Amino acid sequence: MSQEVDGQKVDTRKRKFLIAATTAFGGVAAAGVAVPLVMSMLPSARAKAAGAPVEVDISKVEPGMLLTVEWRGKPVWIVNRTKEMLDLLAKHDDQLSDPKSEQPQQPDYCKNATRSIKPEYLVAVGICTHLGCSPSEKLKLGSESGLGADWPGGFFCPCHGSRFDLAARVYKNVPAPINLEIPPHQYLSDAKLLIGVDAKGA
Amino acid sequence: MSALQKVMDWVDDRFPLTATYKAHLSEYYAPKNFNFWYFFGSLALLVLVIQIVTGIFLTMNYKPDSELAFASVEYIMRDVDWGWLIRYMHSTGASMFFVVVYLHMFRGLMYGSYRKPRELIWIFGVLIYLALMAEAFLGYLLPWGQMSFWGAQVIVNLFAAVPFIGNDLSIWIRGDYVISDATLNRFFAFHVIALPLVLIALVAVHLVALHEVGSNNPDGVEIKKNKDPVTHIPLDGIPFHPYYTVKDIVGVIVFLMVFSAILFFAPEMGGYFLEANNFIPADPLKTPQHIAPLWYFTPFYAILRAVPPMFGSQFPGVVAMGMSIVLMFFLPWLDRSKVKSIRYRGPIYKIMLALFIVSFIGLGYLGLLPSTPLLTIAAQVFSVIYFLFFLLMPWYTSIDKTKPEPERVTG
Repeated sequence: MSQEVDGQKVDTRKRKFLIAATTAFGGVAAAGVAVPLVMSMLPSARAKAAGAPVEVDISKVEPGMLLTVEWRGKPVWIVNRTKEMLDLLAKHDDQLSDPKSEQPQQPDYCKNATRSIKPEYLVAVGICTHLGCSPSEKLKLGSESGLGADWPGGFFCPCHGSRFDLAARVYKNVPAPINLEIPPHQYLSDAKLLIGVDAKGA
Repeated sequence: MSALQKVMDWVDDRFPLTATYKAHLSEYYAPKNFNFWYFFGSLALLVLVIQIVTGIFLTMNYKPDSELAFASVEYIMRDVDWGWLIRYMHSTGASMFFVVVYLHMFRGLMYGSYRKPRELIWIFGVLIYLALMAEAFLGYLLPWGQMSFWGAQVIVNLFAAVPFIGNDLSIWIRGDYVISDATLNRFFAFHVIALPLVLIALVAVHLVALHEVGSNNPDGVEIKKNKDPVTHIPLDGIPFHPYYTVKDIVGVIVFLMVFSAILFFAPEMGGYFLEANNFIPADPLKTPQHIAPLWYFTPFYAILRAVPPMFGSQFPGVVAMGMSIVLMFFLPWLDRSKVKSIRYRGPIYKIMLALFIVSFIGLGYLGLLPSTPLLTIAAQVFSVIYFLFFLLMPWYTSIDKTKPEPERVTG
C-alpha cells in the first residue's frame, strides 16, 4: 500500500511495520533493563543468609512452658504441651475455623491433629495472620487465663482480639482468617531442634 | 527601549518567558466569583514547597539505617541548631497537606469541578492524592519508632493478602522476610526521590490541564461561553494576577497563622500528628497494645476493618479499601446531573453529599479507636453509605430535581 505525501510516494505499510518493529524492540529493551532493577529489590544474599535456620536446645523447656526464639526476625514459639493440654486439643474442633489444617500454613509433616512432628512440642511463628501483630501467650487453662472457664490454653492477639488454641489453630469469628504458620523444622536429636529447614527426604 | 526591556526581549527570543507569564498569570482569566473554598489549591502548592524545602534539610542529618534512624531523629530534635523547628515543620506539614487536600477535594464535590471538560484535572488530582498517601506512608517509617514499624508491618501485610502472589509480593516490597533495614533504606529512597518527582510531575499536569480548560466556579457555569466580542476575554473572567494572587496571599497569611500555632504550641496535636508510641524505638518482637494509623488514613483503615475475612482470606477487606479510592476516578462519569454546582442541584444530591461527609468523618473517627463488635457495625453502616454515594450516583443525580443554571456567574 502506498500513498502520496507532499508529492512523494510513501510506502505506508513499510513505514507502519518499521514503527511497530522499533516500538516492540524498544519495549523489550526497556523491560529487559527493568528486570535487574526490580530483582534488586528482592531479599539480598545477606538477608537470605540472616534467614538461615536456628538451632534450639529444647531440653530445658519443661512441660507447660513456652520458649520464644528469633528466626528471620520473627518470634517463633516452642511450647512443651502437657498431656492435659493435648487431651483438650481435640475437644473444640467445632469452635475453630480450620480444625483439620486444610490451609497450607504448615509443612505436610505437620498436617495432623497436633500440627507438630512430636505431639508434645508445638513450633509456631508468633505472628498473627490478621495484620502481623505478635499475640500474647495464654497458656493457663480455664478461667485463670482471663478468657473464660472453657479456655483450653492458647494465644490471644491484643491488636484485634484474634484467638488461637495450643495447636496455633484460629478460632471462628475473629479477625485472623487462618491458622498461625508452622515453620519448617526438624529434630537433630531429642534435645536439638532446627528451625528453618525440612528434614532431608521429607 | 529600557535596558530591562532589552534583556526581556533577548530572553523571549530564546525562551517563552513573557508568553508563559501571560498564559498562566497575567492573562489567565479566572471566574470573578471565587469564594473561600478556592484558597485550598494554592495552599496545597504552598505546603508542597514547605515539605520539599524542610525535607531537603532533614536529609542532611537523618540516617536511613535501622541501627541509627531513631537516634538520628532525636539528634535532629536536640542537637542540630533549629533542627526541632525543621522537623516539626515537616511533620505538621504532612498533616496540614491532607487537611488542605481534603478541603480542596470537597470543593470539587460541591461545585462539580470534576465534570466535563475537567475530567482529566480530576483524575490527575486523584493520582496526586494517591501519590501523597504513598509519600506519607513511606515517610512515617523513617523515624523507626514502634508505630513506624508496626504500621508498616500492617500495611505491607495488606499486600500479602493478595491471592497467589501476595506472599512473594510482600517480601519483594520489604526486601526481607520482615520489616528491616532493607525496608527502611528503600522507603527512604522512595520518600525523598521517587515520589516527590512523581508528585511534582502530577501537580504540573494538573495545572496544565486546568489552564487549558479554565477554572470552574461556585456557579458551575462556563465563563468561556460569554466572551467580549472584540477582546475575546471572558466577560466574567479576571486576570489571575494580580486579582487572585492578592486574594491567595490573604489565604496564605491566615493559613500560616494556623500552621505556626500548631507548630509552636501543639506539634504532636495530642497524638494525632505524632503518635506517642512512636517515641519508643521499633521493637520487632513486641507489638504495641493498640495500632492506629495517622488520622488521614483512618477512614480507609475503618473500611478495611469493617469487612470480615471471607474464604479464609483478608483480601476482601483490602479490595474494599482499594475500591473506596478507585471509585473516585469514575466520578466524572457517575454524575448524570444536568447542573454542576450544588447551588442548582436538588435536595437528593445535597442529602447524599451530607451523608457521604458524615460517613467519611465517622469512618475517620472509628478508625482511630480499637474495634469492638458495636463499633464494627457502625463502621459497616458508614462504609455502605460511602460506597452508595458513588454507586447510586448515576441514579439519584438523574432523578434529582435541579434548578436552572444562570447564564452568567452570580455574586
